[in-house]
Amino acid sequence: MDISINKSPRQGAVLFSPYLRGEGIQKALEIGRENILFEIRESKLKGRGGAGFPTATKWMLVAASVAKEKFIVCNADEGEPGTFKDRVLLLEYPELVFDGIVIAGYTIGAKEGIIYLRGEYEYMLQSLEDYLSKMREDNLLGNSILGQEGFDFDISIRLGSGAYVCGEETALIESLEGNRGEARNRPPYPVNTGYMNRPTVVNNVETLASVPHILLKGGEWFKKYGTDKSTGSKLFSVSGDCTRPGVYELPWGTKISELLEIVGGENAKAVQVGGASGSCIPRSQFDRTLAYEDAATGGSIIIFDKNRSMLKVLKNFMEFFVEESCGQCTPCRIGNVKLLEGIKDIERRNYTFSYINKLKDLGRTMQVASKCGLGQSSPNAFISILENFKEEIFNYNGFGGTNGK
Amino acid sequence: MLLLEKNSLTEEIEELVNLMGHERSSLLPILQALQRKHKYISDFAQQEIARLLDIHPVEVYSVISFYAFLHSEPHGRNIVRLCQTITCDMAGKDAVAKAIERELGITFGQTTKDKRITLEYANCLGMCDQGPAMIVNDRVYTHLTPEKAVNILNEIK
Amino acid sequence: MESSKDNLRAPVSQKPHVIEKPKDTSGIGGMITVEINEKKITVPLGTTILEACNDNQIHIPTLCHHSDLCIAGVCRICVVEVEGMRTLQAACAFPITAPLKIKTSTPMVRKARRHILDLMLSEHYGECYSCFRNQNCELQALAKEYGVDEYTFGHVNTPRYEVDRSSASVIRDMNKCILCKRCVRTCIDLQEVGVLEAINRGHETHIGTFLDKPLADVICINCGQCINRCPTSALRANDPSDEIWAAIDDPTKHVVIQTAPSPRAGIGEEFGLEPGHSLTGEMNTALRRIGFDRVFDTNFTADLTIMEEGTELLNRLKKVIVDKDTTVKLPQFTSCSPGWVKFIEHFYPEYLDYLSTAKSPQQMFGAVIKTFYAQETGIDPKDIVSVALMPCSAKKFECNRPEMRDSGFKDVDYGLTTRELAKMIKEAGIYLPEMPKSHFDEPFGDASGAGLIFGATGGVMEAALRTVYELVTGREVPFTNLNIEPCRGFDGIKQASVLLENCKDEYSFLEGVEVKFIVAHGTANAKKVMELLRKGLLSDVHFVEIMACPGGCIGGGGQPIPTSEEIRKKRAEAIYAEDESLTLRKSHENPHVQYIYEKFLTEGPCSHKSHELLHTHYTKRGRFIA
Repeated sequence: MDISINKSPRQGAVLFSPYLRGEGIQKALEIGRENILFEIRESKLKGRGGAGFPTATKWMLVAASVAKEKFIVCNADEGEPGTFKDRVLLLEYPELVFDGIVIAGYTIGAKEGIIYLRGEYEYMLQSLEDYLSKMREDNLLGNSILGQEGFDFDISIRLGSGAYVCGEETALIESLEGNRGEARNRPPYPVNTGYMNRPTVVNNVETLASVPHILLKGGEWFKKYGTDKSTGSKLFSVSGDCTRPGVYELPWGTKISELLEIVGGENAKAVQVGGASGSCIPRSQFDRTLAYEDAATGGSIIIFDKNRSMLKVLKNFMEFFVEESCGQCTPCRIGNVKLLEGIKDIERRNYTFSYINKLKDLGRTMQVASKCGLGQSSPNAFISILENFKEEIFNYNGFGGTNGK
Repeated sequence: MLLLEKNSLTEEIEELVNLMGHERSSLLPILQALQRKHKYISDFAQQEIARLLDIHPVEVYSVISFYAFLHSEPHGRNIVRLCQTITCDMAGKDAVAKAIERELGITFGQTTKDKRITLEYANCLGMCDQGPAMIVNDRVYTHLTPEKAVNILNEIK
Repeated sequence: MESSKDNLRAPVSQKPHVIEKPKDTSGIGGMITVEINEKKITVPLGTTILEACNDNQIHIPTLCHHSDLCIAGVCRICVVEVEGMRTLQAACAFPITAPLKIKTSTPMVRKARRHILDLMLSEHYGECYSCFRNQNCELQALAKEYGVDEYTFGHVNTPRYEVDRSSASVIRDMNKCILCKRCVRTCIDLQEVGVLEAINRGHETHIGTFLDKPLADVICINCGQCINRCPTSALRANDPSDEIWAAIDDPTKHVVIQTAPSPRAGIGEEFGLEPGHSLTGEMNTALRRIGFDRVFDTNFTADLTIMEEGTELLNRLKKVIVDKDTTVKLPQFTSCSPGWVKFIEHFYPEYLDYLSTAKSPQQMFGAVIKTFYAQETGIDPKDIVSVALMPCSAKKFECNRPEMRDSGFKDVDYGLTTRELAKMIKEAGIYLPEMPKSHFDEPFGDASGAGLIFGATGGVMEAALRTVYELVTGREVPFTNLNIEPCRGFDGIKQASVLLENCKDEYSFLEGVEVKFIVAHGTANAKKVMELLRKGLLSDVHFVEIMACPGGCIGGGGQPIPTSEEIRKKRAEAIYAEDESLTLRKSHENPHVQYIYEKFLTEGPCSHKSHELLHTHYTKRGRFIA
C-alpha cells in the first residue's frame, strides 16, 4: 500500500483546525437538539456533495417526523472524477466524520447510522472498523452515549461495489436495500421515505465533518468564512497539471486564479470545476469564484495546461458517463452514447456543425429530462468544452498544432 | 460442480445469511463476501442466495451484473483494476496499461491462463493526486510507472 | 408508510414510492387545487400529475406507465414543466402534494419528448412494416403523434441481440425493446414469477433472464402477461399460423378448430370495436370461410371438465369424510389454467396432489377429437389437424407437453391465440364484425353457459357449483337466476361458501356440509393462497379455483393488446351476458355431454376410460435452474 498520508498537520480554518475526539458529541449533548438545529441553521451549512441543499432543513424535516425508526446515512461513495477529499477525511480525520454522524443521529432521533463506503475504498475498512471499536470502548457509541440516558446509537459500514451512480442519494439507498443502484422518483424524498421506507438523512462525509466544529465554535463563527450564500470553507481536491496536487481547505468565494496560485497551476488553460459532471472553465474566466452561486463544485478541481487536448479530456469524461449511467432512463442511457459518438466523429473529423448543434441541444434536454443528477449533469462538460474551446477543437490547421498531445 | 463442493458452498452461504440477515438488504454484503473469497459468484451460489433471501435468482443476477466489482463468471485469483479516469489518464495510464498487457500477455478484460491475474479497468479510484493508480484485490498502488506496475504484478502469486 | 414483505418483493426502484391518497379527502389538505395549462383543477392529495391530466382531457404521452403496474418513471416521455423546479418532472411519478403550476406543452417539454423518442428510435431495430405490432405499437403511435419524419440520431442497421425463440409460448426480441420495464414489473410484481429483470447497466442494460439463459430453460410459466403489456414487439407469442395455413391448404388434412370462450369476447377489439362485444356467431362463419373443416366450442369440454372435476371433488370428499382416507388431499385445486399448472409445478411441487387430475378443456377436446370424433366420423386421426383457439400463450406450451398424447397422437396440434386468429381472418380478406352468424358444428354443437363463463375469474367455480350442488341435492343452486355472485368480480382472492342441505341419499355424507371455496386470479394471488395452504390455514376449504392471468382467461396472454382492468371487466361482462342469454346453463344438462357418456365414456366420469383420456399427471419441476 502506498498512499501518501500527510505527515505534517494540514492547514485550514474549519475542518483542518484542531479538534479532539468526542468534543463535538459532548457539546451536542450539553446544548440539546433544539440548539444544535439552531446552530446548524445559523451556520447556513449546505450539502458538500455538490447539490448544496441546506443541511439544517434536511435534519429538521427528519427530526420533526414521528416515525419510530429513522436513519442517518453518511454518503462516502465519493466517485466524482477528481474527488478524493473524503479519502483524506476518513483516513486522517475519522473523528470529525464519526462525531458528525453521532451528532446527526442524536439530533434527528436515529438509532442507527450507516456509512456507505465506496468499494474502491475497501482498503480503509479495517482501520475504520477499528476506530469504531475504539469509539464503542469510550462510550462514544453504544447505549447511553456519554451517560446520556436514552441516547443509544451505533454506526455500521456498508461497502459499495463499483457504481458511481450510488453517490446519488436515492440510488445509494437502493443499493443499501440490496438493489441495483437506480435512482428513485422524487418526491417523496428520503427525508420522508428513505432507507427501508423510513425518514432518512443522507449527508456527505464533509458535511458531517463540518458539524462538530460548528457546534464547538458556533454558527456565527462558521459564517465568518466564505460568502453570503456559501458559508464556511470547502475542501478542494486538486489534481491534474499543477505542481502541488492534493486536498486544500479554502474558504468559499476563493477565486479560481487564487487557487491555481496556491497549488502551482498558474499555467493552466482550463480548469474543470466539479469533476466530470461539472463544467470546464477557460482561462478567460479564472477570476470566477468557487461558490454555490458561481462556479459550484463538490470539490473536484482538475487542471489542464496548454498542451492538453480538450477533446481527449471530453472523450474521457463521456466514456466515464457511458459506463456509469445506471441505464434506467432513456435520456441518460442513450443520450450519453450519442454525445460520445459525436466526440468520436469530431476526432475523426467526420462531423457536420448542424449535427454537433443537435447534440448540444440533446445535451440540454438531458439536463432537464433525465431522472437523476447523473444524467442531468453528464452533458455539462460536453456543452461547456465544445463552447469554450471551439477554436482548439474545430480550427485545426493540418500541421498537428492545436489538437495537442 | 461436485456434490461435495455444492454442499460446502451451501453451508458457507447459509452461514453468511445467518450472520448478515435474511433480508434483501443483506444481499450486497453477502455477494461481496463471496466475491472476495471466490472471485466470482457461481450460478449455484446465486440460486442458493435467492432461495435463502426469498427472492428470485434473476434478481440476484441482475444486481451482480449492475455492479462493476461483482462477477458471475470465474475470474483470476487476483483482480487488478487500473484507473482509467481523467487524471490517471493524463498522468500516463496508457503507458502503464500497455506495459502490463505486454508483460502478462493478455488484454484488459482477460484473465491469464494460469488464473493468476484478471485485468480490469476501473473508473476513478480517488487517487487523482497520486496517479496513475491501481488496486490489486484491496491494496492500492499509486504513482505508477510502467516498470513499477509490472514489478508489483510480477510479485503477486 | 409501512413496508410489508410483499411489496419488498418488487424491484424496489419501481416500487410505488407514492404519497398515499387520504381515505377521507374532505379534511383540510385532502384536496389540492393545481393549475394545469392555466386551468384550475382540484384533485385529492397524492394524485399524480398524469392522473390529474387524464381526468381532465389533457393528453400526456406515456410508455413505461401502465395502469396495472406500479410506477417506474424511467422512459421520461411524460415529462412536464412544474413551476419553480429546475428540471422537468415525470407526470406519471409526480404526486401532487401542494398547489403547483404545471405546463404540459411548452417548447421545452415538446423538444424533450421529441428527443426522447428520437433516442429510442435510434436503437429500435427494424422497420414497422415487418413487425407484428404494426399499427398497434405505442412507440409507433408516439412517433406519429410527434411527427417524427427522420432518424435525428441515426438508426441501428444490425440487430444487437439474438432473438430468443426457445420457448413454445413466448418469443423475446430485445432489439425492439425500449427498456420500459413493464415486463419486469409484470413478471416480478404482478405475477411474482420472477423470470425477467434488467441485466447489466448503462448502455449495456437489457432485459434478461437468470444468467441470460433461453426462456425455455428458466422458470417461465408462459402466462404471456408480459406480451400484453409490452408497448412494442419485443415480446410476442410463438405464432403457428403459417403451419395452420399449410394444413388448411393441404387437401389430405381434416382441420378442426375448437374455440375457447374468451377469444370471442375479445376479438372484436382487433377489428376496432369497443371491448365487450362478443362475436361468437360471426367468428364461426369466418373460421369456415378461412377453411377450417369443423368449428367446435371448447365450452363443450368445459362442461366435460365440470363433470370430471366435479365428480373428482365429490369422490375426494367421500374419501375424506366417509373413508377417512388421509392420503386424499383437500382442497382440490383447479387445473385448467396451464400457466397456473406450471407455476405450481415449479414453485410448490410438493403440493401437486392437491391439483385436480382433470385435463384442461383444451386438452380434453384434443383427446376426444382424435378418438371419439374420429371414430364417429370415420376419419383417420392421423389426418386430423387439431387447432385450439385460446386467449392464452401457455396453451401453446401445454399442447406440446409430452404427456398430452393420450389419443396416440399429439392431442392438440396447435394453440392459436386470439391475436393470431384475427391476423388470419384479416389475411383472408374478412371483416369479422360484418360476418353473418352461424352455429358450431356437430357432434359438439351445444355447450352450456357454465362452460362459457370459464373465461372469467370465478367462472369455473360457478360452473362447478351449479352442477355439484344440483347433483348432490337435486335442486338448483340457491342464487337468483343461477348467477353465483360471490364467484364474480375482480377481487384478487374471493372466498365464500354454500351450505349443502337435504342431500340425495347417495350424498347423505355431505348433509350439512358447508362447501367452502376460494377463487384467485393472477399468480401473485395464487402464491398467497399457496402460502395459506402451507401454513395449514386452508384445512376447512374444499375447492380452490386459480387462474394464472389477472381477470382469468379474458385477460390471457393471447388476448388483444392493450389490456387494463377496465377492458377485462368489459370482456367479462360480455361473457356473463351471453351466459344469461342461454337456456342451457348447467354443464350436466348439456345433451352432448350426456351423449358422450352414453356412447363413449360409458363408465361415466372419473372412470377408467375417462382417466385414460381426460385426466393427466404433473411434473415436479422445482425451482432449480440447471
